[in-house]
Amino acid sequence: MRFKRLWAIFNARNREFFRDRAAFGWNFLFPFLIILGFGVIFKGDYQSQFKVGLFPIDHAASVHQSIDFLPESFAGFKAISLVGFETRAQGLDKLKHHKIDLLIETGTQPIRYWVSDSSPSGAIVERLLKGALVPPDSGERFQKKDIQGIQIRYIDWLFPGVLGMNMMFSALYGVGWVVVRYRKNGVLKRLKATPLTAFEYLAAQLLSRIFLLMFTLVIVWLGCDWILGFRVYGSLTNLFIVFLAGSTCMTSLGLVIASRGTSEEFTNGLLNFISWPMMFLSEVWFSIEGAPAWLQASAKIFPLTHLLKAARQVMNEGEGLFAVMPEIAILCAMTLAFLLAGATMFSWNK
Amino acid sequence: MKAIAPMKPLLEIIDIHKHYRRLRAVDGVSMTIGQGTCFGLLGPNGAGKTTLIEIIEDIIDPTGGTILYKGARRAAQFRQEVGIMFQQTALLSFLTVAETLETFSRLYDNTESIGHLIQLCHLEEVNAQLNDKISGGQKQRLLLALALLNRPELVFLDEPSTGLDPQARRNLWDIIKTVKSQGRTIVLTTHYMEEAEKLCDDVAIMDKGKVIARGAPEELIQIHCQRATLSVPKDQIPENPEGLQGFINQRGDRIQIRTENVNAVVSKLLSMGVDMRGVNVKTPTLEDVFLKLTGRSLRE
Repeated sequence: MRFKRLWAIFNARNREFFRDRAAFGWNFLFPFLIILGFGVIFKGDYQSQFKVGLFPIDHAASVHQSIDFLPESFAGFKAISLVGFETRAQGLDKLKHHKIDLLIETGTQPIRYWVSDSSPSGAIVERLLKGALVPPDSGERFQKKDIQGIQIRYIDWLFPGVLGMNMMFSALYGVGWVVVRYRKNGVLKRLKATPLTAFEYLAAQLLSRIFLLMFTLVIVWLGCDWILGFRVYGSLTNLFIVFLAGSTCMTSLGLVIASRGTSEEFTNGLLNFISWPMMFLSEVWFSIEGAPAWLQASAKIFPLTHLLKAARQVMNEGEGLFAVMPEIAILCAMTLAFLLAGATMFSWNK
Repeated sequence: MKAIAPMKPLLEIIDIHKHYRRLRAVDGVSMTIGQGTCFGLLGPNGAGKTTLIEIIEDIIDPTGGTILYKGARRAAQFRQEVGIMFQQTALLSFLTVAETLETFSRLYDNTESIGHLIQLCHLEEVNAQLNDKISGGQKQRLLLALALLNRPELVFLDEPSTGLDPQARRNLWDIIKTVKSQGRTIVLTTHYMEEAEKLCDDVAIMDKGKVIARGAPEELIQIHCQRATLSVPKDQIPENPEGLQGFINQRGDRIQIRTENVNAVVSKLLSMGVDMRGVNVKTPTLEDVFLKLTGRSLRE
């Protein structure tokens, strides 16, 4: 292996990335906008999870003037947002399409409401409404206790997920799709005609992508932290190590996809086939706690699952490197397997 | 007739086959290519030229056969000593012409000065431009510069002037002639007969995966197409001319005379008082050789 040749390809790939203004901007802008968007949405203590429609309401602005007939504990509950409709037909249409969870006719006694039997949210709101109408139990059956210690905001929990997701897309498409395109248009064939070896080429692609991923990560982190002020309870160095292991692993997975093929369409489908389940099952947006055991077990085949688990342990729980060592070890093992598979299958022109 | 001087073979191609399922793209080709020769591989599209040249370049594997370079099987050093210009190649995006040359030069041990190559291939005006922004002719010259970066002993040029306008084609030929004058071995594929006649010392004509003729261009023409065609305005020749040696036929308002003895025919025409300013003489080309050997045109 000649380092000079590896360095030449590493530099060429980096230049391409930094000079492709559209892709370069998007790599930073995409995670930044998502984080910023969620930061604004979840700024309050509560989120309005349930939507209740009211009719007849002449004007949207007058919704809150027409709720006297509803118990204060229901209408004033922060998890509920009220939406006004002029007619029952309009409200029922929205209810049928699950755009609202419950529909109430104003000023009726007893209260008349409609709810969809197929809507889980509807059943919860119905319970809330019925509970608000029943006089409170005089006995002290419940005792509210506050959570002790660290309280993690949703945005703090979400942040590593969005960074990991961005890393995954960038690694898979930035290597997988790009190398397949190069094979299709003959760039790889031109490189094959030189003394450059497949190992040197793949190593340059791997190192370049890891460098770009970590560079993007640091810039996005600093930008988001400056605006939203993230809480990191663990060591930043440990977090860097976790993300480095994750980016190496996912770039290696990109190399496996890039190892063969000349069809960009097929590769695109393959990348979607891998990235979409990974995005939903690796807990980028929501926890899969409580999901069927087989689903939770199958989520462990994805590198993103282990990256996010380790990142959240460090960032949200303040764990040290030792605590996340199992996840790092799994990521390293996966990296090794992907690199072996990618190097074995790699072809310059098939 | 220009004889080909016996030269030490740089390349020995021994019984090369390449099959794609039922298609025999290359069907038992054997030949040697001498050091310092400009060797042309001619044939219509689909004849197997590119497949054969890519097998020789070690880009694709043959189904069977052997290639020897300097008398031995090609080793890692082969890549250091050959320069390749492919028929269709994209370049790394978002790099300038100079950066592209710089990147590729780092892949070799022994390289030409980039400044010299930029000058040789007339890339001075575009050397700071991105690869995607240069014209077709400039791109071909850049690809040629890349093929010459490592001071190659052997240069492969696969259809180097395809798609270029006549001026750009002639510019490229001038550069190839300069490379040829430096004593390097050139293996060139083309379906432009003029290109082969102007550049090559030795040609092989391929059709359906086989080499059907081999020799110097003049030699092939001499062997296979001895007749020239003279075209004379019909109103200048008597209806039944006597003493004209050759095959005569009428095409529109002209008479065509195909002959092996042009001088005798010209003398006879002059004696008949034919105004020679209206006479066209077409000498045979490699195109005619191909037509004669296969019954088809090279561009079919």
